[in-house]
Amino acid sequence: MAFLSRFDRPYEAQRPPVHPLIIDKISLNFGGVRALNEISLRVDPGQIFAIIGPNGAGKTSLLNCINALYRPQMGHIMYGDVDLVKVPPHRLPRLGVARAFQNIELFSHMSVLDNLMLGRHIYMKKNLLQALFYWGAGQREEIEHRRFVEYVIDLLEIQSIRKATVGSLAYGLQKRVELGRALSLNPTLILLDEPMAGMNTEEKEDMARYILDIREEWGITVVLIEHDMGVVMDISDQIAVLEFGRLIAVGKPEEVRSNPEVIRAYLGQEYS
Amino acid sequence: MATQSGIYHQTYESDMQLRPTTAQRVRMVLVIAFVLVLPLLVSQNEVRIVNKVMIAAIGAIGLNILVGYTGQISLGQGAFLAVGAYGCGLLMVYFQVPWGLALMAGALITAVVGGLFGLPSLRLKGLYLAVATLAAQQIVEWIIIRWDPIDGTIDGKATDALRIPSNFLFGNSAWRLNDNEYAFYYFVFVVLAIVVIGSVNLFRTHYGRAFIAIRDQDIAAEVMGVNLFYYKVLAFAVSSFLVGLAGGLTTIHSTAISFERFTIDVSIAYLAMIIVGGLGSISGAIYGAIFIEILPEILRSIGQALVQNRLVSDQVFVTVLPFVQQGTFGLLIILMLIVEPEGIRKLWSNIKDYFRLWPFSY
Repeated sequence: MAFLSRFDRPYEAQRPPVHPLIIDKISLNFGGVRALNEISLRVDPGQIFAIIGPNGAGKTSLLNCINALYRPQMGHIMYGDVDLVKVPPHRLPRLGVARAFQNIELFSHMSVLDNLMLGRHIYMKKNLLQALFYWGAGQREEIEHRRFVEYVIDLLEIQSIRKATVGSLAYGLQKRVELGRALSLNPTLILLDEPMAGMNTEEKEDMARYILDIREEWGITVVLIEHDMGVVMDISDQIAVLEFGRLIAVGKPEEVRSNPEVIRAYLGQEYS
Repeated sequence: MATQSGIYHQTYESDMQLRPTTAQRVRMVLVIAFVLVLPLLVSQNEVRIVNKVMIAAIGAIGLNILVGYTGQISLGQGAFLAVGAYGCGLLMVYFQVPWGLALMAGALITAVVGGLFGLPSLRLKGLYLAVATLAAQQIVEWIIIRWDPIDGTIDGKATDALRIPSNFLFGNSAWRLNDNEYAFYYFVFVVLAIVVIGSVNLFRTHYGRAFIAIRDQDIAAEVMGVNLFYYKVLAFAVSSFLVGLAGGLTTIHSTAISFERFTIDVSIAYLAMIIVGGLGSISGAIYGAIFIEILPEILRSIGQALVQNRLVSDQVFVTVLPFVQQGTFGLLIILMLIVEPEGIRKLWSNIKDYFRLWPFSY
């Protein structure tokens, strides 16, 4: 039985190509409310890109647009040569885009293992008859993907809860499982909506380490929303600041930190 | 569920086994042995009841795949049973299709019809979808009642019932399925076993995981690459296939069918089966089918025993007892759900856990 060793890199196989994410003047309206106003951003491959801003600024709306859950009325979001504004959401994992939600959206009655295995869904090719019979081809495919999932479990150090029902886990662990589910897709771009909200310092440190790891090892581009400025300033390469659906600043952490408009709108004096 | 310590899986195959411990396998063998010898122990009439239970179990597994696993509430169970039953029956009567083929064809037709009625599930959720499937129930019932060609004739007179000449089923041999309950018993048991194995396997693979994911968090499932439209319709089709199979078996078992067997009451009885048995569980569907099908029979035989022992008069038996029986039936379902809201399956696994930890249950 060929188990994966620490040095195998299963994520290097079956990987969709890496692209920059180019957001070109998108605007999103809900009735008369303008949630996003002509936002343009560029996220380069391998970056950790943070989006910050006060509540209701449109951060999650922006992620939902990238994720094709919302359809902006104007503008384009290019990932490679695909306009994400025009594809159905379930196509995105095939393009290499994964998402972890703000309010954990795990499959709460399934085990951790099954949640991660669902992340392998798009790679599964067996047909319905093979699934009904299971033994043979079906089982081989399940085991092949189980290996990948075990690699993710190893990376996130959740071996002990593999078989636990997700709904019964502590909040911090659920957040970690949700990251694991997104990683199981073997994405090239991962969208994290407040990955550290509600965590204690130690859990935040762990999560920051995982985010840095997947960027360094897997080469995944990370777009994240986060309110903990300490973390954001430490790990981000680029930061975009939103206020009332407008982009008020974008740049390196030190540039954003000293930008007077960002200080006025969001940061306050403490970080300046 | 409590798990036994000291079991170390060395391969993924053994870790993914359905019954990893010897005790579980022994219990499975015992259950199969019991099922095989059961007909030798009971009367023909009791075997008939068990046959009805097994047909209901197949239908309930089908419904549980849709409602319990995929989270799409359906009130169209009766309609889908009818499509399977009439599909199978009409193919035999009008096109002289052999019964086995007609059974499969009826199930496939039901899968297609179920898939069609599943189309609204893309837009409608929960109770709204339930109302949409209620439309399926009404439409199919209406067609069966109003459309004359699908009704048969008895003694030259048109009736609402479709009668299948018994020589369609295994000719005139002694093993004719329709009047030899014992032969039918073994036949339907094999069908049930195949259905159970297939369904259990389904939920070990990405198809089943996608179904459960749609129930738990449909948006997240979509973002993870599950095509909601395809998998919802597929859930309707797979579920309806099994329900249609149950319908076709009803036709073969009873040789005459009419719309009364496929009304909204039947849809609700099947929902009761999977709720009492345990939503989202194959074994739960079987337990529920046993509970809902056997209980009225037990209540009826208690009633008959009362009459025979002259504890109640024939008059009371006819007028009062049916109401008492129905009331008791309802009461037992309510009690069952108060004791264990997650159904008989959970109750049974609690009992097993208790004894697994006994006598040191801390």
